[in-house]
Amino acid sequence: MPPSAILTEGLAKSYGPVRALRGVNLDVPEATVLGLLGPNGAGKTTAVRILATLLVPDAGRALVSGRDVVREPDAVRSQIGLTGQYAAVDENLTGRENLELVGRLLHMGRGAARTRADELLAGFELTDAGRRPVRTYSGGMRRRLDLAASLVGRPKVLFLDEPTTGLDPRSRVGLWDVIAGLVAGGTTILLTTQYLEEADRLADRIAVIDDGQVIAEGTSGELKDRMGEDVVEMRLVESGRASEALALLAPLAAAEPRLDAETGRLMIPVHHAGGTLTDVVRRLDGANLEVAELSLHRPSLDDVFLALTGRRAEMEQEADGDARGRFGRRQQRKAA
Amino acid sequence: MTATTRVIPRAVVAAPSRSLRWIATDAFTIAWRNLLQVVRNPQLAVIDTITPIMFVLLFAFVFGGAIQVPGGNYVAYLMPGIFVQTVVFGATGTAIGLAEDLQKGLVDRFRSLPMAPSAVLIGRTFSDALRNLYTVLVMTVVGYLIGFRFDGGLPGALLALGLVVGFGYAISWISANIGLITKSAQAAQGAIFIPIFPLTFASSAFVPVASMPGWLRPIAEANPVTVVVNATRGLVSGAPDTATLVAALAWIAGLVVIFAPIALVSYRRRA
Repeated sequence: MPPSAILTEGLAKSYGPVRALRGVNLDVPEATVLGLLGPNGAGKTTAVRILATLLVPDAGRALVSGRDVVREPDAVRSQIGLTGQYAAVDENLTGRENLELVGRLLHMGRGAARTRADELLAGFELTDAGRRPVRTYSGGMRRRLDLAASLVGRPKVLFLDEPTTGLDPRSRVGLWDVIAGLVAGGTTILLTTQYLEEADRLADRIAVIDDGQVIAEGTSGELKDRMGEDVVEMRLVESGRASEALALLAPLAAAEPRLDAETGRLMIPVHHAGGTLTDVVRRLDGANLEVAELSLHRPSLDDVFLALTGRRAEMEQEADGDARGRFGRRQQRKAA
Repeated sequence: MTATTRVIPRAVVAAPSRSLRWIATDAFTIAWRNLLQVVRNPQLAVIDTITPIMFVLLFAFVFGGAIQVPGGNYVAYLMPGIFVQTVVFGATGTAIGLAEDLQKGLVDRFRSLPMAPSAVLIGRTFSDALRNLYTVLVMTVVGYLIGFRFDGGLPGALLALGLVVGFGYAISWISANIGLITKSAQAAQGAIFIPIFPLTFASSAFVPVASMPGWLRPIAEANPVTVVVNATRGLVSGAPDTATLVAALAWIAGLVVIFAPIALVSYRRRA
């Protein structure tokens, strides 16, 4: 087992009566990616803020590169890079000045800070834009610059808090490539996301977090086995016969089929969607169960949640971030 | 896109330290960035230049005929008042700039770097003091064009400008506290002007305190703006009053000594 780049034990944090984290244990080996997956308000950002020394936990401890985030914050700060949910760059400065600013605050010296800025601009395809004020940048360019800014100090550990939220699909894929490149170079990454596809694509291991607790952890494959490769989603004409249908379809399911009490929809995780779908329809027909709606899709975060917690991911809580989350999820389904 | 980001050697970053030299270096870097922000943003640069010119001309020509002042020369009376009023207004930029940096996540980035935490506030108040110095110099030039003179000679002039900019610096630290507790730049702007307006106008900046209603006079007399304006008037006219000057310096020192530590602690605690 390689040494842990990030290790937390019983991490807890409350904001007044709200318990944002309720005993979180994480262990991320060096040069791997942990995807922290969960809906808004699950505690993902709180965990990242504690690990990035921005917030002091109420209980538990956290080590980054073996250094305690509370006792040795400066030692931790010199090892980490942080990219938050919103591009933390200065609109009025140029891209190059933004990177130079970070380099100088890392005490690299003016010349070295400039060289490093140019290096990163080239690496992120921002050389031409480097002399323009950031306010003229597109959303994707800002995120790239923001990520570049978190890399100025060549961090060993990188925290990416929903790095692609609000980005169009093309910019998202572009950023994924960059992140994949960093991992290949040996950087340890903790990535929070609302997108299963993103965690799937980038993370070696995924921790599903809900209500301040890790409710499932494993490789993408392990989680998928719990989920099935696809989900058959349906609504019956006679919603009262849902449990009958569940019992009927259980033998076909890859994991326990579920009923979403709110919407009356049945979710049946399946392997090998094509053949199973025919079987599903045949069985329902045989029992005289009429189907009002039927669809097949890749498991989404919603499905993970439904499977793990028996309820939806409640992505409608906060207006702004959530609208984007839902939009992104829809896009993701379309792509899948 | 990944070509040069892939091969990244590790940890060339200097070991962290909290020495005074680091605070100074980091504060200077932050101040450099704040001033660059003004230079790079033509709107801000124009506002910094036009506003003081406008204030001097408007007050001198609009109120100049109507307001009776001791000695009868309103421009001479006005200039120290408008110097102080302008630097106090300028100090509101500290709250707005800090709130903006907090809102946009820049402070999170700063706090995740192994820099001196106090440098963000020290750099901010320092760069705002430099902006105020620029503004005061612009006003001096405009003042000279409409007949204002430093009758106290160069030492008096330098002391007067130093006193004015120093007072703006002290107000910046109050402003910093407001910027740290408000959630957005707009909220900061709204909040900071609530104390700023009575502070600047219920003073001897534009009208003699003797012309105010009886109940307001003691308040206006005690107002630090009045104290600093009166001290500046003394320096400008070449007849400084030592007691007033000492009182003005005590106000500046007192405000910094009280509000700077509160702001620094508040910055560290801010989550």
